[in-house]
Amino acid sequence: MVDRRTVEYIANLARIKVKEEEIEYLRVQLSRILDYVDKLKQLNVDNVPVTRGTFFTENILREDEVKDSKLNQEILRNSPYLQENHFKIPKVIE
Amino acid sequence: MKKFFKLGGYQLAELIKDAKLDRNELPFLFQERAQRIDPLIKSFVEIYSQPIIGEGASFLKGIPIAIKDNICIKGKRITCASKILNSHISVYDATVIEKLKRAGLVILGTTNMDEFAFGSSCENSCYGPTKNPWQLERVSGGSSGGSAAAVAARLVPFALGSDTGGSIRQPASFCGVVGFKPTYGRVSRFGLVAFASSLDQIGPITTNFVDCAYLLNIICGFDKFDSTSAKVDVPDFTQALTFQVSDIKIGIPQEYFQEGLDKEVEEKIMGVAKQLEKKGAKLIDISLPHTEYAVATYYIIACSEASSNLQRYDGIKYGLRESKDNLVELYRESRGEGFGEEAKRRIFLGTYSLSSGYYQAYYLRALKVRTLIKNDFQKAFDKVDVILTPTSPTSAFKIGEKITDPLSMYLSDIYTISVNLAGLPAVSFPCGFDKNNLPVGAQLIGRAFDEQTLIRIGFSYQQMTDYHRQIPPLVYG
Repeated sequence: MVDRRTVEYIANLARIKVKEEEIEYLRVQLSRILDYVDKLKQLNVDNVPVTRGTFFTENILREDEVKDSKLNQEILRNSPYLQENHFKIPKVIE
Repeated sequence: MKKFFKLGGYQLAELIKDAKLDRNELPFLFQERAQRIDPLIKSFVEIYSQPIIGEGASFLKGIPIAIKDNICIKGKRITCASKILNSHISVYDATVIEKLKRAGLVILGTTNMDEFAFGSSCENSCYGPTKNPWQLERVSGGSSGGSAAAVAARLVPFALGSDTGGSIRQPASFCGVVGFKPTYGRVSRFGLVAFASSLDQIGPITTNFVDCAYLLNIICGFDKFDSTSAKVDVPDFTQALTFQVSDIKIGIPQEYFQEGLDKEVEEKIMGVAKQLEKKGAKLIDISLPHTEYAVATYYIIACSEASSNLQRYDGIKYGLRESKDNLVELYRESRGEGFGEEAKRRIFLGTYSLSSGYYQAYYLRALKVRTLIKNDFQKAFDKVDVILTPTSPTSAFKIGEKITDPLSMYLSDIYTISVNLAGLPAVSFPCGFDKNNLPVGAQLIGRAFDEQTLIRIGFSYQQMTDYHRQIPPLVYG
């Protein structure tokens, strides 16, 4: 069972603001879903290896070369706040 | 050419080749039809006023296609049906788009979906649900509901979708069309907006297996921009278009025919089995014993990956931004405002599963059960060539029926998600209509990188049946 404090904790980790009326709703739904997924605890998986990918999971490396994709302006154009050629954010150092 | 829309893409291509149809005119015939009929079903997010005409050439040159709105098309708006992307313009073409352009196809527009592909009904779209062309009060399925409905309504001969847990196959089943999820790694995902990176795969939605084979020929192949794409040879899939099933062993998994499966759906699937058996295929009972754990495993893994992938929507580089003086508040407000309900739910579940203290109990355990599910398939494929199952436990449900109960919505994916966990290719194709005149879909699952056998069986089945030629009466004309 998920409590209210857990919902607020997760909301903070996920950096999502939830409205007061959303908290109880999310709490009930998360509890139900977690109750359901708890069925995985019926299985003994002690000696089972994990599967992260499926067939090709080796690292692919390439030379670290400088290339100009010439996309700077197009990428910047999608940003909601710009100053010259920079993303603009609130001050982070007090 | 009055009833051009009834034809498959390959038939239109043949007419163009024989100079019976004007290549330059065709996209505008479909555009006019889409503009006229789509307000009824709302399958498109955007019908381009100027379709994008691919410069290259192939057999399908000049044939229009629609693209799920989570695949980047350079210079065009991409929304993922989410408020948070807020008129984002793609700065590059996804590899599949580049390939379609190089094959000379014409992009007609973008199709509706559940927000970030989170859903099984297309109801989680910020544009509202896409309706099922067979019955407007029913869902089109999801998450590629827009692509499936547009193809079923013949607003376009075919479309691309993406499939993380059944998002191509289930809407194809609900709308009565062919939805193909290739093997994980078969198609580059460069330019596909990430949902769950170990599960996502792009694939075609068509009315028939001939178009499916031609499109797979175009979109498959290794891509250096997607390190998960497979370095394996791509066969000519059209070589698999032969009417021949007598050498095939078909597995029928008992776990897929238990409680919860609609009786009529079960009858239709067994009808497919019998029809193939009559042509010489062998039916073999098999077991996939960990099936009942698939939904739980899937939702932990998929949501964990999603919570990580969706961190990029921070209100800074692009997308919706709520103005704040404090950076953390800016993140929280932008994301709280921009994400829809289901997106929040999945990010929460994923964040919880990955958080300190719960990681081992949830995420790590799910990765281990994933191995068990994958092994089940491996064992089955020692005995059989393909596996036949229903695509969905029921035909299309009503709009609003499941949206307030997320768990029952998740459980409607029960027959499609194991395939993604195991990385296998699978296809849903129409195999009849129930008493409400709604389409029913059958699913064939194949060995990794053996799409050809699925195409061969599907093509053979379509030689014997005409379910795939049925057009929803509401959109006829």
